[in-house]
Amino acid sequence: MNPGDFDRADALASTEKLLARRLPSRLWAWRYLLLRRLTQFGILVLFFGTAHWGWEVAKKVPLLSGNLSASKFIGYIPMTDPFAALQITLAGHALKQDALIGAAIVLGFYLLVGGRVFCAWACPVNMVTDLAGWARARLPIRPMFHLPRTLRYFILAAALALSVITGVAAFEWVSPIGMLHRELIFGFGMGFIALLSLFLFDLLLLKQGWCGHLCPLGGFWSLVGRTALWRVRFDKTSCTHCGECAKVCPEPQVLNLKRLEETGYVSSGECSNCGRCSPLCPEGSLAFDFRPLIRKHNARAQGSLD
Amino acid sequence: MSDQGQSGLNTSRRDFLVKLAQGAAIAGSGALLWDYILRNEARAAPYALRPPGALAEADFNAACIKCGQCVNDCPPHILKLQPAGGALPIGMPYYAPRTGACIMCPDIPCMKACPTGALSPKLKKIEDARMGLAVIDIENCLSWKGLRCEICHRECPIKGKAITLETHPRQISRHAMFVPLVHSDACTGCGICEKACPTDIAAIRILPHKLVQGKIGEHYRLGWTFDTEVTQDFKPAEASPASAPDAPVPKTAPGMDYLNAGGL
Repeated sequence: MNPGDFDRADALASTEKLLARRLPSRLWAWRYLLLRRLTQFGILVLFFGTAHWGWEVAKKVPLLSGNLSASKFIGYIPMTDPFAALQITLAGHALKQDALIGAAIVLGFYLLVGGRVFCAWACPVNMVTDLAGWARARLPIRPMFHLPRTLRYFILAAALALSVITGVAAFEWVSPIGMLHRELIFGFGMGFIALLSLFLFDLLLLKQGWCGHLCPLGGFWSLVGRTALWRVRFDKTSCTHCGECAKVCPEPQVLNLKRLEETGYVSSGECSNCGRCSPLCPEGSLAFDFRPLIRKHNARAQGSLD
Repeated sequence: MSDQGQSGLNTSRRDFLVKLAQGAAIAGSGALLWDYILRNEARAAPYALRPPGALAEADFNAACIKCGQCVNDCPPHILKLQPAGGALPIGMPYYAPRTGACIMCPDIPCMKACPTGALSPKLKKIEDARMGLAVIDIENCLSWKGLRCEICHRECPIKGKAITLETHPRQISRHAMFVPLVHSDACTGCGICEKACPTDIAAIRILPHKLVQGKIGEHYRLGWTFDTEVTQDFKPAEASPASAPDAPVPKTAPGMDYLNAGGL
């Protein structure tokens, strides 16, 4: 077989093994996936219910008003997309205190749990691109071209520069995330065509094309996530280098073995804590943990080996 | 010497420069395209009617975060966020008075809901809002046809100030027409009049000020109005000596103030 040939069994290795199991163990292996879908849908439903069904915690106190760009939870806690806030500031508008506090709250939260946790656990586009990725793995689609995964940082820089030049928040005005989210909550429009083209791009042209290469919001959260605390721990004493994790990882470059062995955890900000790898690891070498505890855990594992 | 080409050029440096140029070309053309999309999107902004307190067009475009909290908090549910590919710039709130007019809530909940200040908290009274201006198509206004319609005047929440009824002679008839007249110093642009107008297509409608309002020059002095001194305050601009250094500098601007040169 030529190296470029499509190998379905290879692409699906871990998933195939999963399907051989019984339903409860399969659900257990999909626990993070199910939780992610739950939070993604849950966030949408909370926004939608507040906008259309008047969900309130008390009289005249809406539950969760707004959308992912900016919102207010139970009438008190403002939340603002810090990337949008940054663009608006660069576009020349001095934000009201509400939006600034909201941006600080959201930024603080993702500094704790991991920047790209937004991508895997909150962003509605993730459901679209995950579906494209799922279908792509089952179809004989060969790569058409390659783009560097660092491209998102250049697009991020361009978004900030263009915000200054044009005087509008450059990414917010074209963001498919905003389109999908707004149109699900506030009414349909052409944004769904944009999402369809994004789906086809991911499905037919470039694997993980949008989330893994282009999205500047993902780039922004990658930079934020470098110092995050919730991490995937890596235990080098038990790892057999089987490579199952890299097959399911949407950002396989974060599983660089040399880096993993040095740090003892997935240190790249590009890891979205999606939790695909850890349930599939046959040796249990990958697991979620808090960064301050990881060193101790790995030292103990090393000690028991010695 | 491996990186020295036949011509003596340093090939690795040449590769680097070519890569740099390629990167710059991609970034430049991509940014140009993106810039075009943004400007194209913003082109329809002058036609949008924004909620009360909205900043001026360019500032509003910069400030709105497209979150829809104003939409959620609007009691009559008239505000909408523009979906992608629509007639107005993407994602920002607008209203269409013919189908949903602003009811001018005294506590201005939409403005209070705005987290960024795109709907400015400087607006304290809803009567001071200037969302748009009512404009009458006198060719199709029933009152201007000589009928006793006057619905816009009666429905206007600031009637007698924003819309007044004026008498207008009706050709050779002894009966006058009662025609509505809009006053921009009081009209908030709420659009109740447009919604109420009984013609098939509204003969009174709300348009952004920029599209309809003219401006007289600073030099006009309306001598017959009470609040205007008879041009005593008019100081003609000094003629610039830089433009014609050798010519004699006239004491006053020609043809403008010679009547008042000595004061009246």
